[in-house]
Amino acid sequence: MSDFVSQFWNWYVILLVLASILACAVLLWTQKTPPAGAQVDTTGHVWDENLEEYNNPLPKWWMWLFYITIIFGLVYGALYPMFGSFQGLLGWCSSPQPGCANSQYAREVAKTDEQVNPLFDKYQKTDLKVLAADKEAMETGKRLYLTYCMQCHGADGKGAKGFPNLADSDWLWGGEPAVIVETISNGRNGMMPPHAQLGSETIKDLANYVRSLSGLPADSVRVAKGQEAFNSAGCSGCHGPDGKGMHAVGAPNLTDKTWLYGSSEATIIETITKGRNNRMPAWKDFLGEPKVHVLAAYVISLSEGGAGGK
Amino acid sequence: MKLTQDAIERNVGLMIVLTLLVVSVGGLVEIVPLFFQKSTTEAVTGLKPYDAVRLTGRDVYIREGCFLCHSQMIRPFRAETERYGHFSVAGEYVFDHPFQWGSKRTGPDLQRVGGRYSDEWHRAHLINPRDVVPESNMPAFAFLDKAPADAANIEGKMRALRKVGVPYTDEEIAGARKQLEGKSELDALIAYLQGLGLELKNVR
Repeated sequence: MSDFVSQFWNWYVILLVLASILACAVLLWTQKTPPAGAQVDTTGHVWDENLEEYNNPLPKWWMWLFYITIIFGLVYGALYPMFGSFQGLLGWCSSPQPGCANSQYAREVAKTDEQVNPLFDKYQKTDLKVLAADKEAMETGKRLYLTYCMQCHGADGKGAKGFPNLADSDWLWGGEPAVIVETISNGRNGMMPPHAQLGSETIKDLANYVRSLSGLPADSVRVAKGQEAFNSAGCSGCHGPDGKGMHAVGAPNLTDKTWLYGSSEATIIETITKGRNNRMPAWKDFLGEPKVHVLAAYVISLSEGGAGGK
Repeated sequence: MKLTQDAIERNVGLMIVLTLLVVSVGGLVEIVPLFFQKSTTEAVTGLKPYDAVRLTGRDVYIREGCFLCHSQMIRPFRAETERYGHFSVAGEYVFDHPFQWGSKRTGPDLQRVGGRYSDEWHRAHLINPRDVVPESNMPAFAFLDKAPADAANIEGKMRALRKVGVPYTDEEIAGARKQLEGKSELDALIAYLQGLGLELKNVR
């Protein structure tokens, strides 16, 4: 409240507030109880021939309540920011701003940090595999996971179409602890380019070949043609000559039973034709390393069906 | 004429004038000074006016009543900033006419949703929220995918916003229609969401 374009507005607020409070006080004063025995007027209205109403003032105790609110208001204004740019004697502010570093928000954060930071420091010094077996740490991990990760990977870690299952042992980018930390920290860009230029026939051959790789029923003639195309069209560049994928580029293993987008011929044709694009956001700057560490341990525990996996 | 209760009660015009005077004091003290305060009138560093696509997405957001369940106002409490990111500051809203603070959170706050999820996630989630979040009770907005983004009124909208202080250039307004070509309302809405709150994204 201290960044008015000119001091005019500071005084404008102060004077208007004071004037309003003063006006309330004057109003109360004019309504004060008349001395005992004094003549009380009627309101001047007459109903039903002779029904009149005395214009008695409010009871004294009630008037005092109003006076107390005025005193309360003035005390409040002296202690807290109420009068223009005046910060108040307590120096209170809700959130950090120039001239007030020790805000209520900053105090709240500092107090919690004091409690939880030693714990996170301890966790960060613990090896990820060990941490993944630590029930208490995984309670924390679970809460972090349910706040930041479940929207894509699911509350149970089993993912959704296009969003990887974390509760299995299949990895797009690698399941080594350091790689999981890297994935969470810096995010990943999963990108399969579209291959519509191959023509629908070749794509169908490829889809059948890909299905055959993981033991799904496929047209054997198309499988043979697809295998040829797999190498000549450059599929092996990312998925490897044997179709087992490549962690370095996040290319999935095509020979297993895990399907990110689906295993039907139609879905595979769509995948090859239009390509697939998805992104895991980077969390390092938002969460900080200690929380990323605990989350990585939780992901490991999910994959191992351990403490967090239950 | 003496200003007595009797005189005021018997003169409706006078009563209206005096009532208005008293009622306006609150606004004069609490609202008017905000127009002369840097933190409420100056944009935070990096804040840009919504481009044509995001502006159209914003209108879809308003039309579909997203603000009824999603707030765009992160309060300065640790529990909120841990989940959503840096608390909201007034300078982030200077190009919002009207702002989308909302007042109820059936769903999460969206002020810093930009970049939090991938475009693909938003697409899947808006078409059917339960495809990605089985527990979700958000309505599906699949029809947005088939609705072309409204390009007919975009220049008028931008000119109107310019009148209330959003600094659109003539080139931006002239190029607005072209930006919306081939875009669905879903594309526009996703562009709007992905641009939300980026100025203070990784500030803790």
